[in-house]
Amino acid sequence: MTNFATLTRMRIQLTLRNKMFLFFSVIMPFGFFFLYAGVFAKGVPLGVQYFMGPVIALTVMGSFWGLSAALVMFREQGILRRFHVTPVTPSDMLASSVVANFVLTLPTVLLEFLFARTIFHVTHFGDLLSTFLLIALGTVSFASMGLVVASVTNTMQETQVINQIIWFPLIFLSGATVPLANLPQVAKRVGLFLPATYLVTGLQSAIYWAVAPWSVDVLLALCSLAVWGALTFFLSAQLFRWEPESKIPRRAKLLAAATAIPFFLLGIWENKTNRTMAQAQAMFESLSGPSKSAPPADSHK
Amino acid sequence: MANSVIQVENLVKRYGDVEAVRGVSFAVEEGEVFGLLGPNGAGKTSTVEILEGLRTLDSGRVSVCGLDPQRNAQELKHEIGAALQSTSLPDKLRVMEALRLFSSFYKRRRDPEDLLKRFGLEEKRNTFYNQLSGGQKQRLALAMALVNDPKVVFFDEPTAGLDPQVRREIYDIIEELKREKKTLVMTTHYIEEAERLCDRVAIVDHGKVIALGTPRDLKAHAGGATRIEVRLSKPETDGVLKTLDGVADARVVDGTCVIHSKRPPQAIVSLVKHLEAQGNELISLEIATPSLEDVFIEMTGRRLRD
Repeated sequence: MTNFATLTRMRIQLTLRNKMFLFFSVIMPFGFFFLYAGVFAKGVPLGVQYFMGPVIALTVMGSFWGLSAALVMFREQGILRRFHVTPVTPSDMLASSVVANFVLTLPTVLLEFLFARTIFHVTHFGDLLSTFLLIALGTVSFASMGLVVASVTNTMQETQVINQIIWFPLIFLSGATVPLANLPQVAKRVGLFLPATYLVTGLQSAIYWAVAPWSVDVLLALCSLAVWGALTFFLSAQLFRWEPESKIPRRAKLLAAATAIPFFLLGIWENKTNRTMAQAQAMFESLSGPSKSAPPADSHK
Repeated sequence: MANSVIQVENLVKRYGDVEAVRGVSFAVEEGEVFGLLGPNGAGKTSTVEILEGLRTLDSGRVSVCGLDPQRNAQELKHEIGAALQSTSLPDKLRVMEALRLFSSFYKRRRDPEDLLKRFGLEEKRNTFYNQLSGGQKQRLALAMALVNDPKVVFFDEPTAGLDPQVRREIYDIIEELKREKKTLVMTTHYIEEAERLCDRVAIVDHGKVIALGTPRDLKAHAGGATRIEVRLSKPETDGVLKTLDGVADARVVDGTCVIHSKRPPQAIVSLVKHLEAQGNELISLEIATPSLEDVFIEMTGRRLRD
């Protein structure tokens, strides 16, 4: 087995032995799931189907917390130093974090779908290929963001503070908690600069309106997440530090900020065209208006 | 020199304004146990970590197994094994898992079962890292340095902070490696450790090698004299002590008079007479056989202590 594969296995093993993992990756996502499905959607199958997008997005995005914290802890405790004297490369280390995270997130996501089906009797989950691709790219790109956070912070406290700062706009301005349609105008405009918004809307389009991966609504989310994910992963490999005492180069924070560029550009364009916002609005209205339970033909093509 | 496994020439390492290593040179031959002996902060760890490819050097030239640790880092890492200072493993990694994981990184591998047996960790094979005692953690660290059957092994302070019993266990392990003719570079600030284990020792202080040779040669260089340490009720100058019969050398280190003598009985008699005449009193007196400590005191005027 390659170094990458053995490291991935180790990370999965270690995470499963960690009690914190149980909370962040199992209890918290299911808490969200039952809150959304049971309370917001009142258990109505169509409503549950509508809220599956935000629920899955929260599960997918939330994984960056544990990932960044684990890497910083590994560095702080001098564990990374030990790997540094072996032939293991930074890319081995980082890619194994991302892949282990993906493997560990997938069962939670599958269970959420299973519960939606068995407990809330949701019969359709839209376009499964779109959904899977968004979940895969979402997990990988948000994990890479976690790696960048880990590379520009020195201590666990710093990491947690930065995670909080990132997390709140991601969940409140993206439609993951409050539907985009219900947000004030200013919040909507800001939300369009966040990767989370496209993940939430993309997943919602895929699950609720069965949008195929090659139609713009999903394709745009897939492409932007892919570009952003590649950029953040590449950067995290550049900024990787094995040693706890090695300093963060000044340009590192600047470069980390540069990962916002893809969604900054997309945000400008979206603020002009209002395309994603219109999509979110239409899905929201179709849920509240009982007559329009199915997507209007062609509107999302 | 030509076939030395490790060559270090004029090595310099700076951390900001601090020069941690200031022009260190030495060579290590194949099959040799080479020690870097010196107080904390002398630059031992920096030197070793540059050889391991963990740190960059500021100037000078180093080669390990014919490779440049910076340019051929990847290649070099297959050839060396290291037990680092201030390192750790994940809490929930089991002993055997750690050995298997780390051996999986290398082209050349040693049977982890073998290492487990040899380092007395068989009963701990399924124990989590955070449940091991300090001595067991250290034994695991040394075992892990050997998973790739390395050409050169680095042990950085292998016994620091361990109790005497565990320290002796580690000595046994190192002596076994020595019998196997492994090339081993170790750092230490324990004199007995360097004397007992190393074929050759470089004494390092303030980033410089102040003496280099076999422990025997180094001690001979220091005059092979017995060390007499006395504490007096009234201070005495080294100048006066030096003139006493039987005293080869004397100096005051941290308030203690350290006297070197090849004829200890005469030195003690003349010292006592001198003190009586001066109305001074002897508080304590210790006699030590010559050791590397004497070399250090002679070179630096300070003691080498932890």
